[in-house]
Parts: sequence; structure tokens; C-alpha cells
Amino acid sequence: MPLPRLIPCLDVAHGRVVKGVSFVNLRDVGDPVELARYYSDGGADELVFLDIAATPNDDTTIVDVVRRVADVLAIPFTVGGGIRSVDDASRIIEAGADRVSLNSAALATPELITEIAARFGSQAVVVAIDAGDGVVHTHGGRRATDIATVPWAAEAAARGAGEILLTSIARDGQRTGFDLALTEAVRDAIDIPVIASGGAGSAQHVADALGVTDAALIASIVHENPAGLPGLRREIEACGVTLRPLRENV
Amino acid sequence: MTDVVVVDYGAGNTRSVCSSLRQLGHDSVVTADPEAIRSAPFVILPGVGSARSAMDHLNETGAAGALKARYEADQPILGICLGLQLALEASQEDGGVKGLGLVEGLVVRLETPRIPRLGWAMVEPWNEAFYFAHSFVAESPHSVATSEGLCVAVRKGSFFGVQFHPEKSDQAGLNFLDQCLSLA
Repeated sequence: MPLPRLIPCLDVAHGRVVKGVSFVNLRDVGDPVELARYYSDGGADELVFLDIAATPNDDTTIVDVVRRVADVLAIPFTVGGGIRSVDDASRIIEAGADRVSLNSAALATPELITEIAARFGSQAVVVAIDAGDGVVHTHGGRRATDIATVPWAAEAAARGAGEILLTSIARDGQRTGFDLALTEAVRDAIDIPVIASGGAGSAQHVADALGVTDAALIASIVHENPAGLPGLRREIEACGVTLRPLRENV
Repeated sequence: MTDVVVVDYGAGNTRSVCSSLRQLGHDSVVTADPEAIRSAPFVILPGVGSARSAMDHLNETGAAGALKARYEADQPILGICLGLQLALEASQEDGGVKGLGLVEGLVVRLETPRIPRLGWAMVEPWNEAFYFAHSFVAESPHSVATSEGLCVAVRKGSFFGVQFHPEKSDQAGLNFLDQCLSLA
């Protein structure tokens, strides 16, 4: 298996980072490009950008962000939020993103997973699942559906998704650790990679998640102290997880 | 002066390759023009998309012929991910696709526990971690590096192909690209 991945997630609205980033040494803490570069320099393995203000027919802002990020970043990144068609996905990928993340749109139109995978490859399609009480939720986790989480993950994989981004709604923002049982249940049901999300409050939490799956999404733990990312990596490694070696310019 | 041609085959994302090259001080142009591909000091065949649509596009534009002529003239070509796979004789992808045939070898579906194989992995004997995102892999007698037992780099004559994405492999990838370009 490839090395476990540590993936900071940035919430973006109207071209600005909007949630909980506190740090004064950046010239513009709200600029997703500058923060992305900062996290990349700090040893992020990948990044995820979620456009939380995405509205249909108005994705010009996020496309511009994607272009500017792709021009400065040399690590992979995923973009989610408001992607409802193959054309939406094309604009994001052609602007430089490696993957698009589908959430409600995949539930409403599961064929979309297959169509985007056929055009750009499975590795370009992440299906994000907001899970709670055994079922998938929509509208940012506020509205329950009657679709069971594990079978939906299996269907997404069968339809061509290349990865599942699995968020525990109950743990999200709580910093009490990832929902390992949920993560294992989904991991065991499918043979594509699974990113655990929701609950990272310490290096040990992240190490525990990376003990059961391929990657861990982190948000508040790193946004509260972006300069602490290299230290967090070292602490995770001290918990017995081997992350990728970082290299200096030669 | 444009010193690198990035071959356009109508799919996916060449922006990251070009931005890596720019960071290393190289101008690049994305094109399928056969004359540009034949005459450039350095050519990169990048790596996103499906094998069949990529080969169809290379054949229709004449880029396939230009790449073969370039290889026969011993001019450097770097293949990245799908770009490595296209240089071999054939791929199992899309029900079977004939490749450029620059280098002996076949492309087969991965049998790893999780597919696609996504993430950073060590490459030996280079002792370096690079970023991978693939569902197929090369099998070739001209393998020069492996990752978890898989062939991830192929070299023969003026062709050098890698399964990983140097343009997405942070400083290790930039260092790799810089070495490739300086050797050319």
C-alpha cells in the first residue's frame, strides 16, 4: 500500500477561505492560494478545497482559485462543492485540479460518477459521504436520507468512484477522534481508498485513523495553528505511522 | 525560447506539468503539432485520461508518428503515467489498445489491494517517495525502478517513462524533472 496521507481541508466561499483559520504570519490568511502553499510547504500530502458557497451556474470564482492553486502547488488537490455535471467537473479538472468530489449530485444522479470516471479516469472522482446514524445525509449533514451508508459507498465504488471521503457528522468539529468503526465498516465493504474525516483533535487521533485507512482529512486541528503542521507530522510519526519523507531543494 | 513541448492529446490536465517546468525555469508549450514534437529540445508525454482516447488522438493529429520519429532520432522523451504506458506495445485498458511501441512491454491492470493505487510511495533504488494515481501498470524488460514490487520506470534509448507524477510530487518531483531536463 502507498504511504498514509495527511490531507488538510479548506472551506472556500466566494474565493476566500472561510472557516476557522487563525494565523497572523500569512499576508492574507483568507487567500486559499497562499494558505495552500503554506500547507504544502509544511508537508501536506494532498489538499481538499470545498466550495461551500457553490451555486449552480456560478462557479467562476472556484475555477479561478483552482487555476491559481495549480500554478503554485506541486502536490495533488481535490475540489468539491457544486459539481453537478460532467461539464462542471471538466472546468475544475482542466483548471488544474486532480480530482473532483461529488456529494449530493452523486446521490441525485449516480450516473454522474460513471460519466466523469469514463472521461477522466476513476482516480479523478471522489465521492464524499456525510454519514450519521447509519445513513447518508445531505445539505451539509443537516438532512438525513433513507440511504444506508455502507451500501452507498459500495455502489459509488461500483459506479467508478476512485475514492470515498467519509465524514462522520457526529464527530465533525468535535475533536474527539475519528469514527473508526464507521471507517472500518466502509473500508471493508469496498476496494477503493477511503479518506477518514471528522474528529481530528490530536496526533494520536490521526495516527489511529491512519491505522485503519489510507488517508485522514484534517481541518480545525491545523487551521488553528497552520505553522504547527510539520510538528503534527512528527507527532503522528512518533505514534508509529510512517509518512512520506520530505525533501529539500537540491 | 520554448524548450519543452508537452504533448496535447485532448484529455486532462497539463497545467501542473507546465507550472512545474516554469518553476524550474523552462518555457513550455502544449501542442499536438508533429513538427513541434519532432524539433523540440525536450518532449513530455503527460499522463491523464484513458488509453484508447489518448492513442486515437495521437494518431489523428500525427503526434504518434512524430513521437516515433523523435525516438528513432534519439531525441529525449519523458513519459508520465499514461505517457509511460502509451510508449509500450499494448495496454489491457479499454478492452485492449495498441501503444506507440517505442519500448518493449505491456500494460496490465493492477492487482493491488486497493485500486486505484493512490498516494505517495517509495521508489527503489532511488530511495525517494513520489505521488501515484493509477489503475494499470507497465511490465517491461526495460524497467529501471520499482515501487512495492511494481515496475514504475522504464528506460530505453532516448525514452524515459515514469508511472508516478513528478509534477505532483512536491520537491522530490521537481528535483526529478530538473535532473531529466539537465541530462537531455
